Amino acid sequence: MSIGENNLQGLNGGQRLAVKYFVVALALFGAQLLFGLLAGLQYLKPDLLYGVLDFSVNRMVHINAMVVWMLYGFIGSVYWLLEDESGTNVVGLKLGNLAFWVLTAAVGVVVLVYLFVQIGPGTDTTLWLINEGREYIEAPRWADIGIVACVLIFFFNVAATFMKGRWSGIAGVLVLDLVALAGLYLAGMFYTTNVSVDQYWWWWVIHLWVEATWEVLVGCIMAWGLIQTLGAKRRIVQTWLYIEVALMFGSGILGLGHHYFWIGTPEYWLTIGGFFSALEPVPLVAMVVHAVYDAGSHGFRSSNHPALAWLIAHAFGNFFGAGVWGFMHTLPQINLYTHGTQWSASHGHLAFFGAYATINIAVFYIAVQGARGGVWMSAHLPGNGWKWKWALALLNVGVVGMTVALLIAGYEQSFVERAIEGSTWAGYFAGQNHPWFLQAMHWRMIFGWVTLLGFALLVWDLFTIGAGETREARDVHPGEAATA
Amino acid sequence: MSEIPWWAGEGLWRKVAVWVTAGSFVVLIFLTFDSIEAISAGSQRVPAYSVINQQVRYEFDAARNIQKPVIGGGAPLFGQTLDEAEAEALVTLGKKTVQAKNCMNCHTLLGNGAYYAPDLTKAWLDPAWGSETARETLMLGFLMDPTANARTYGTGRRMPKLDITEQEARGVIAFLKWMSSIDTNGFPYNFKSLAQESRS
Repeated sequence: MSIGENNLQGLNGGQRLAVKYFVVALALFGAQLLFGLLAGLQYLKPDLLYGVLDFSVNRMVHINAMVVWMLYGFIGSVYWLLEDESGTNVVGLKLGNLAFWVLTAAVGVVVLVYLFVQIGPGTDTTLWLINEGREYIEAPRWADIGIVACVLIFFFNVAATFMKGRWSGIAGVLVLDLVALAGLYLAGMFYTTNVSVDQYWWWWVIHLWVEATWEVLVGCIMAWGLIQTLGAKRRIVQTWLYIEVALMFGSGILGLGHHYFWIGTPEYWLTIGGFFSALEPVPLVAMVVHAVYDAGSHGFRSSNHPALAWLIAHAFGNFFGAGVWGFMHTLPQINLYTHGTQWSASHGHLAFFGAYATINIAVFYIAVQGARGGVWMSAHLPGNGWKWKWALALLNVGVVGMTVALLIAGYEQSFVERAIEGSTWAGYFAGQNHPWFLQAMHWRMIFGWVTLLGFALLVWDLFTIGAGETREARDVHPGEAATA
Repeated sequence: MSEIPWWAGEGLWRKVAVWVTAGSFVVLIFLTFDSIEAISAGSQRVPAYSVINQQVRYEFDAARNIQKPVIGGGAPLFGQTLDEAEAEALVTLGKKTVQAKNCMNCHTLLGNGAYYAPDLTKAWLDPAWGSETARETLMLGFLMDPTANARTYGTGRRMPKLDITEQEARGVIAFLKWMSSIDTNGFPYNFKSLAQESRS
């Protein structure tokens, strides 16, 4: 195998399919940032693209591109590790490739319709063909059905491959988690006029994906990633994985209740939701301890420094973004004031980036290493690896900066609009016009540009790191098989 | 392997993971049955759609120490009393329009959505409409041509023109009136409602 050159033929079938998913994921990551910047600019210049690409359109594409690129990253990550983990070829690879093209074509059509058709009359046809108008799962119903079909193919391939090859702790958790992930999406695929019932099931999809099944999925990727980059012992990472699943589902499933405080649902959710969601940071602390302890106990001698750095960024980002930022406004006594303010946007930015963008980027680096023939990606890279280090720094500083700016705006909004003004429209705008809010929006924009710069550097690095390298990757599994 | 204490064994934690997950999910299923019943249209917390024929107020409840919706006497929307089926059809048109026009990516409904424009939970009761008598006409005009009737409060943010027909606008107003009658456990807190003549 030639070292330091792009050589996809050297990869296994699952990994070649994974690369396709990663390329689209990266493109959608770019789209997420672009439309996020437009939406952010509209806070400062409301006339920008008014009537052409309104805030609602930009914001919808911003959050949808994010959800879809993360799913592409997860699917790609699973295909990447599948043959190594199962010890056999991917079952149904041709079907998997077909599903990739169908899903990608569907995503393309949905985005074009979002951008050029945008809205329709208040009929079922609009909800089926244009836009379902429900935050995060706006995709029209035809696309929902396509998504479920493609996810089922993915699930079949993963389960069948493990059944043909060998099962492991990671495999078992992964397959059961994918059943839940696909099943939960069905809860968001029907229309109801009753907005309380609508939002009840809508949260089943959003919360039980993001705060339960996605967390467990990245737990699996993290476990595999630590074995891969550090040579961590399988018995230890799998035991950790089970502990994390117990804590994650034990807190996250009933933690769903923190979305049921104010949508019409009974008052007992104030107690249940408050209690269990207060426990949600616990597994995330465990993950930080686990990742840092493993990295330290192996003396940071990793086979892939950028990937390990992003895995550590994931552990901390997940803990702070999802855990701490979530906890800060999850108790109902505080949430009464912060619900529906920029507070949620602050939490959303740090949580999605910290928990999910980071770990996908870690796997991108593992994939790049494999695609260049297993090149050296540890210490002493050309230029001391300045590109990956600066990309890591700029992306993290950018997102943390936006998070803090939005947090300030959220505090101001909770205080001025809610506590003082009494939540009327006049109160809302009093909050929006306040200099504290406006300053925060400017700072958010500045850090948005920093994030974009970090992204550009990341893309440049992913396309160049390891090119021309002649050293082979450090062997972190001396004397044992890679997946034993 | 015998050096591993019982509490650190892989097998133990696998069992704990399975039981905790299954147990939590079973509890969630039970609570879901209870909650869905408690929030079905026509329940105490979520009134029937024909509530649009009546006055909706938002008043402080001393026992619960929060504000809650109070359903008053007859106040038919646009002066027309609708039966249950007609009311449901109108609110349904409104809800579908709210989805089809992507309202939730600027506004929040029950506090969920985007933060570029005000929350709509109590839009029907907002003092911005001036008076009970002017409210319906103003809302209708605003929804059908939000550019000409822009309410920016000095932010420069204008709602775009969304080609909402008169019937769709009536539906949206019916939906907003019905939504304002949902018991949201006191959210939004400290809301100062439009002055309404008490009808019981």
